Amino acid sequence: MISVNNIYKKFGSLEVLQDFNLNFEAGISYAMMGPNGSGKTTLIKTILGMVIPDSGDIEVQGKSIKGEFAYRANIGYMPQIGRYPGNIKIGQLFRMMQDMRPGIENYDMELVRNFGLDEMMDKPMHTLSGGTRQKVSACLAFMFHPVIYILDEPTAGLDPMAVEVLKNKIKKERDQGKLFLITSHILSELEELTTHAIYLYEGKVFFNNSIEELKETTGETKFSTAIARLMEWSLKKQPQKKPNHV
Amino acid sequence: MFKLLKYSLYDIVKSRFAILYTLFMVLVTVSIYQISEDLSKVSLSLLNIMLMIVPLISAVFATTHFFNNLEFTELMLAQPVKRRDVFLSQLLAVIIMLSLAILIGIGLPMAIWGAESSLLVLLAAGIALSIVFAGLAFLASVLTRDKAKAIGITLSFWIYFSLVYDGLVLYVIYSFADYPLEKATLAMVMLNPVDLARIIMLMQLDISALMGYTGAFFQQFFGSAKGIMLTSGVLLIWMVWPVLLSMRIFKKKDF
Repeated sequence: MISVNNIYKKFGSLEVLQDFNLNFEAGISYAMMGPNGSGKTTLIKTILGMVIPDSGDIEVQGKSIKGEFAYRANIGYMPQIGRYPGNIKIGQLFRMMQDMRPGIENYDMELVRNFGLDEMMDKPMHTLSGGTRQKVSACLAFMFHPVIYILDEPTAGLDPMAVEVLKNKIKKERDQGKLFLITSHILSELEELTTHAIYLYEGKVFFNNSIEELKETTGETKFSTAIARLMEWSLKKQPQKKPNHV
Repeated sequence: MFKLLKYSLYDIVKSRFAILYTLFMVLVTVSIYQISEDLSKVSLSLLNIMLMIVPLISAVFATTHFFNNLEFTELMLAQPVKRRDVFLSQLLAVIIMLSLAILIGIGLPMAIWGAESSLLVLLAAGIALSIVFAGLAFLASVLTRDKAKAIGITLSFWIYFSLVYDGLVLYVIYSFADYPLEKATLAMVMLNPVDLARIIMLMQLDISALMGYTGAFFQQFFGSAKGIMLTSGVLLIWMVWPVLLSMRIFKKKDF
């Protein structure tokens, strides 16, 4: 459903993505992991067209995204840090986003209700706490029945109850065959929500296979220790690399 | 595009700055009208405001607006909308707000106390300068990620076109005083939107007779239909090229 072909991206002299190739299939949920600065967010932003790659091509649903914009209607994106205009109210923000997608009439307001946001529609965005803002981001990602969900650290900053609400929603949509791409540093959560592990290291794909396969390769039975093993390997593989400025 | 523009405009018109700027314009215009009865003197005073204050405020406001609205821009870029539309809606909202401030702030007192045709040219020139400097400000904004740097670049545009450039022209005229310089000065004027606006307005005021031979030459050139077409055309180019260039850069920018 999404294929990333030979993407290169440099920020100044820092190579964030190097000859990047990945395929995301419908119906599979992917856990994207990697140390800070390994290129996770950059990859996501490249798929969304917010970052333009230096070379290479990305296809979403079989079509190149170069110069395209309509494909984003099929993606529900939840940013790592949701930044919103300050003087707009939650209700206005929702209406505005609905206005941007005139083809969609039927909105998924389940999260809005379950988060209790329907009682806060009149609150301006700048008065919201980080967690509430995160809830707003989640609601927007799920509002338009997308077929692809890209969630960048979805549970960071949420209280345990909200985390449960969000997880249940993710599971529900996942079981309906939607594609999920989730980055997180909370491994237990990823194990619960995803079936496929992608490990990035210094702008390269270090591991890309199902979680069973990961456990088999590493010889571990627990997901977290398997990832820890993977991290060890990635560090060993390039012992005298040039100093990492990330 | 229109939906985006609607939201940007709604946001900008509600801002305190829009109201303050309009009030400031009203206040200045009203006080100028109170001081003098002579309409051409009024025009001359307003002219100076148009040439100095309007570009300065346009430039600074457009830059701050671009950076203050970065959140909105980022949010929109993740939505199914064109990058071009995101950019143009922001810029158009700024231009519409600045133009409205001029129309209301200066146009309204003019409508009440009467105006010569030259005052209409004055309004048009003020709006044209607003567009030129808003475009230059957006250009500076897309060139850098730092708000302070962008404001610095914008201010240097303003200082260059409003102050330094005239000094350079005077220096050239003084140094080459022995040569016929009419055509050269004309060419130099074309390279500065503020000078263009100034000359277009001065020609309307009939005081070019005071400027001697060069003034007469200018009057002959800028007074002719061909001259008016040419100057308007060049001013139009000044309005368009910063916008086109900054849009090109914006389309390739990473967020």
